Amino acid sequence: MTEPKATSLAVHKLAFLDANALSIPVYQVLKQDGTLYKGAAKPDMDEATARRIYDNMVYIRVLDERMIAAQRQGRISFYMTCIGEEAAIIASAVAIDDQDMVFAQYREQGALRARGFTTEQFMNQNFSNEMDLGKGRQMPIHYGSNALHYMTISSPLATQIPQATGYAYAQKIRKTGQITICYFGEGAASEGDFHAGMNMAAVHGAPVIFFCRNNGYAISTPSDEQFKGDGIASRGVGYGMRTIRVDGNDTLAVYQATAEARRYALEHSKPVLIEAMTYRLGAHSTSDDPTGYRSKEEEAVWAMQDPVLRFKHWMVKNGWWSDEEEKAVYSKYRDDILSQLKVSEKIPAPQLEEMFTDVYDKMPQHLIEQYEALKAHVQQYPDVYPKTSGRLDA
Amino acid sequence: MSKMNLLQAVNHALTTAMEQDPHMVCFGEDVGHFGGVFRATSGLQEKFGKDRCFNTPLVEQGIIGMANGFAASGTTVVAEIQFGDYIFPAYDQIVNETAKFRYRSGNEFNVGGLTIRTPYGGGIAGGLYHSQSPEANFTHTPGLKIVVPRNAYEAKGLLLSAIRDPNPVLFLEPKRLYRASVGEVPETDYEIPLTVADVVQEGKDITLLAWGAQIEYAEKAAAMAAKDGISCEIVDLRTLLPWDRDTVAASVNKTGRLLVTHEAPITSGFGAEIAATIQERCFLSLEAPIARVCGLDVPYPLALEKEYIPDQYKIYEGIKRTMNF
Repeated sequence: MTEPKATSLAVHKLAFLDANALSIPVYQVLKQDGTLYKGAAKPDMDEATARRIYDNMVYIRVLDERMIAAQRQGRISFYMTCIGEEAAIIASAVAIDDQDMVFAQYREQGALRARGFTTEQFMNQNFSNEMDLGKGRQMPIHYGSNALHYMTISSPLATQIPQATGYAYAQKIRKTGQITICYFGEGAASEGDFHAGMNMAAVHGAPVIFFCRNNGYAISTPSDEQFKGDGIASRGVGYGMRTIRVDGNDTLAVYQATAEARRYALEHSKPVLIEAMTYRLGAHSTSDDPTGYRSKEEEAVWAMQDPVLRFKHWMVKNGWWSDEEEKAVYSKYRDDILSQLKVSEKIPAPQLEEMFTDVYDKMPQHLIEQYEALKAHVQQYPDVYPKTSGRLDA
Repeated sequence: MSKMNLLQAVNHALTTAMEQDPHMVCFGEDVGHFGGVFRATSGLQEKFGKDRCFNTPLVEQGIIGMANGFAASGTTVVAEIQFGDYIFPAYDQIVNETAKFRYRSGNEFNVGGLTIRTPYGGGIAGGLYHSQSPEANFTHTPGLKIVVPRNAYEAKGLLLSAIRDPNPVLFLEPKRLYRASVGEVPETDYEIPLTVADVVQEGKDITLLAWGAQIEYAEKAAAMAAKDGISCEIVDLRTLLPWDRDTVAASVNKTGRLLVTHEAPITSGFGAEIAATIQERCFLSLEAPIARVCGLDVPYPLALEKEYIPDQYKIYEGIKRTMNF
């Protein structure tokens, strides 16, 4: 039997640690007016990177606006916006390598766009048509792309967290020189999978960045009903990993913290936790109505902290951005997205056979039989199944 | 009596039970002030306070684990899992704990006060993870009761019975019908007994057996078959575990034919259990093999949802095949 490790200092007076003994500060670089905080180091970000980040922010604002409108018009069934969290998602995605793996939760379309996911790919997924990489099987916003190293979204919360640990561990074993970033919300951090994934990453030394978007709400549940104690960051310390809390609406702070986290994770084959403090300015999803659980006043306070505007102010101060450019790019993306939307919504649904493929690598006999039976049924009732009946081989 | 939809009937049952039992609690994700994502618990926190109806952190295994412990004290609890698709992190708590509390302790302890409510089923453009019908994942677990209501009236009476039953109950609510199923529901307290199937429509040629949202498709198929002169008897099983074998067997002995329909995938679906039992009990009365019209053995798809659903057309064809055997 091994003796307990003598790593703790012994004391002989009864004393409990206070529940809030750990008080983790928030790293901030950029003020809302676009100037830097006193004492903040000059950011290590060149104009091309800044433009890349801002371009993605604008794109996602336009995409979200168009998709919300499309959902309200009944053209797509569902949508989730990123509004308010663009800095946290896009700056972190740009701070790592494009070959690094992304495990996202569902609100991280900005990270995917930063990797080069096209308007056509976004639209085809949201319209669940036969050109969708996911073959129209999942709800809108469940994107994924092997080519872009972006794991396909799964609705069940937090399941991606221990998977990210496993993927990162494989990157280490295979010596790929890459890491994994794993996004999740502060609500998902209550799931058992969060604790399993964090602990195993620390124990087994997986080069993974756990990136928590602490946006204040899990659907209607505010974070003060989700957890007590010093947020999610304190748990990183508890699991024995390097941890930082950043202002999630501060593009420069997020970028610097994530870049350093990547360097550390890769060099030491260890996980890092980043807790980005932000706010979900929109509804949870198009099925949700936040007026049932929070005030307009509260939303207005956070709208004043708009991360996109904050970053724009800094860009303008550097002479890297102008209102003319802003107008042009918004108008270009509105046109691009609208015209692709009109194309994608006319692309037919996947063929009937696609319901049965990919359950296994090859279709087993029982599925072949079920497919044949269903095909005959659809041919018998073509009007009941208009999406597929017109496209069956005779 | 007043007109209610299925959600309002669930809400009514919870209110009735909480009014009567001062220690009963309701909890789950978003069920507090917001009243749940479907609003089934709307107004409960206002009426009974934050100690008795509250939001939990987002952790299904924790919800059921805490509910098990609460119920083990001899107190009544209704725990909500937001979608049936998200019940699986709690699978260990349900299968190894909830179901075995009484047995393993020699009845020193039990969690009979626990009812787990969760919406199930498709037809709402929910794709893989907002559409599943997980009943058969649980019917394989002795110690649980499993109940599925088909409409608003049934939901209130069955839920009140489930809450008061001295055994843990998994109560699966057909979310497609939450707002679509509207009917007259008594304002008063009433119970519909568990493990008693309901003959929804009498007939003489074939028995259609279903539960929950699938009853609606069975009724439509029966109407189609009626035009061909086929008389269908429709039986709502209501409770899947333990199920009312006598009512089903009596019906099949009368009609000589059985078609079982459920939305969950056909392989290892609960229809297989029913077919096995009924062929034993009714072998000499059967004039055709027992038919199953069920979900396909694929994950629940989004774009091709309509094609996936075992709808009235598929059931109608199943009826004809069975009649013409």
